[in-house]
Amino acid sequence: MSPLAQRIVRRFAMFVVALLFVATLWELYKVVGPEDGGALFGINILPRSNDRAMPHVWDMLSRYTRPELRSSERKIWRVVLAGAWFSFRLSLVGFAIGTTVGVLLATLMARFKVVERGLLPYLVVSQTVPLIALAPLVVSWGGKLEIFGYEWPRWLSASVLGAFLAFFPVAVGTLRGLTSANPASLELMDSYAATWTQTLLRLRFPAAVPFMVPAFKLAASASVIGVVVAEISTGLKGGIGRLIIEYAREATGDPAKVFTAVFGAALLGLAMAGLVAAFDLYVMRNRPKEAT
Amino acid sequence: MSTVSVNNLNKIFNKGQANQVDALVDVSLSIEQGEFVSLIGPSGCGKSTLLRLIANLLEPTSGDVVVAGKSAKQARLDQDYGMAFQQAGLFDWRTVAKNIELPLELKGWDKAKREARAKEMLDLVKLPEFAAHFPWQLSGGMQQRVAIARALAAHPPLLLMDEPFGALDEMTREHMQAELLSICAKTGTTVVFVTHSIPEAVYLSNRVVVMSPRPGRITKIVDVNLDGQRNESTRERPEFFAAITSVREALRAGGGHAHTGAGVEDR
Repeated sequence: MSPLAQRIVRRFAMFVVALLFVATLWELYKVVGPEDGGALFGINILPRSNDRAMPHVWDMLSRYTRPELRSSERKIWRVVLAGAWFSFRLSLVGFAIGTTVGVLLATLMARFKVVERGLLPYLVVSQTVPLIALAPLVVSWGGKLEIFGYEWPRWLSASVLGAFLAFFPVAVGTLRGLTSANPASLELMDSYAATWTQTLLRLRFPAAVPFMVPAFKLAASASVIGVVVAEISTGLKGGIGRLIIEYAREATGDPAKVFTAVFGAALLGLAMAGLVAAFDLYVMRNRPKEAT
Repeated sequence: MSTVSVNNLNKIFNKGQANQVDALVDVSLSIEQGEFVSLIGPSGCGKSTLLRLIANLLEPTSGDVVVAGKSAKQARLDQDYGMAFQQAGLFDWRTVAKNIELPLELKGWDKAKREARAKEMLDLVKLPEFAAHFPWQLSGGMQQRVAIARALAAHPPLLLMDEPFGALDEMTREHMQAELLSICAKTGTTVVFVTHSIPEAVYLSNRVVVMSPRPGRITKIVDVNLDGQRNESTRERPEFFAAITSVREALRAGGGHAHTGAGVEDR
């Protein structure tokens, strides 16, 4: 087996072990934890361990094989999977917009010091705006705004909110990477009378890759969070966020149901992280392997 | 016609400020085609500054630099020189061959011509089987050879080197010195070589330019009379030791230090 395949198998095995570990802890707490919660040092801190607050792992899993509603034929796993797929596509669009904007901003900031000094503080401030406050505003563009003759679709608002969270780590990481090129290499490019663009493409960007990959990982999860929060706060239909609020309303009668959607959201995050990990393996395949 | 001509060159950093540094004062030097000239001196004597002024990576405060019959700037734009540094500075993400092709790419050469030239250069530095390797798979000495191949890829008439063997161990270093001389003999390249090491300067050069600090200036130019092909026995000849002694004395006379100028190695 190749070292790469070995690494993937080992990672996957670790992942399964970690899942089993969490499931065991969950069931263990149900055995020892107080039924109606408990106070520690006077603060209500211990969660309730009854079946309504913490359904058994097997109840959650078996819930997937039963229909979504009593009246419908569709099994819930199909509904959750379809919702996750819908949100996945929105996250992917958000991720694409966010990384594009982030890389462009970083390039501008690396090119013009004035832009960096003027823009960077605003980028930092932008991330302190709560997403929940922004969501209704952006969603209100849906159906009202037209760009080049195309009507702004409602789902795009969710992607834009994902992009709003995703662009920041990419801009900061890429800027750091673009300015990380070794001074001797920059001098070498100067000695070849290379233009700024030539230096950017042949030296600065390749040198920035090790900084951009972790930024992309953050951006991938940020775009998922942005999309799911946008779906939840605006009730956009079709996605996993909407399923979570719908199922949460039924928590008293059908406590396992909301967890099926929560795991769907986790699956969505894993899929995005997996995509970036594959990208990482591809672009770093010829770089020196760091001692691990 | 001389390949490099430096006339009454002055370089002052932070002029008029409290931390003004007179890096070079009234430096004149002429280097003939095919000559190998070393610049030696203690830290702060301006040897690297002089090299960067010839390379047009710095602008002089006054005076002028002529390279290959043109202004230093035009020579840089025309890639009339190649440069090698203490760190090989190869790009990790490019194969050895692609690293050598870099200056040719920037010049706009087409692919077939670039690949042919990269192959020729790899033969020259005796690494023909490493074209598809990545730099981090090579030893330090091999990386430095690739850096030399890259510097010479466009067949420039002039090679500027800033302590290129400073980071190598003694054995590799002596081997690389011999390699460099044989490459220069084959290509007829003029070399300006900055070093800290007296034996290295003497072994390689036709002339050793001795510099001293505060202000940075040329104190003496030592002619090395080791005619013909250098080889391992050269290092044991009386002329070799005589030249080493005169360089050391010149360093002592100019440095203002009690003994050999700080930062100059005897090895």
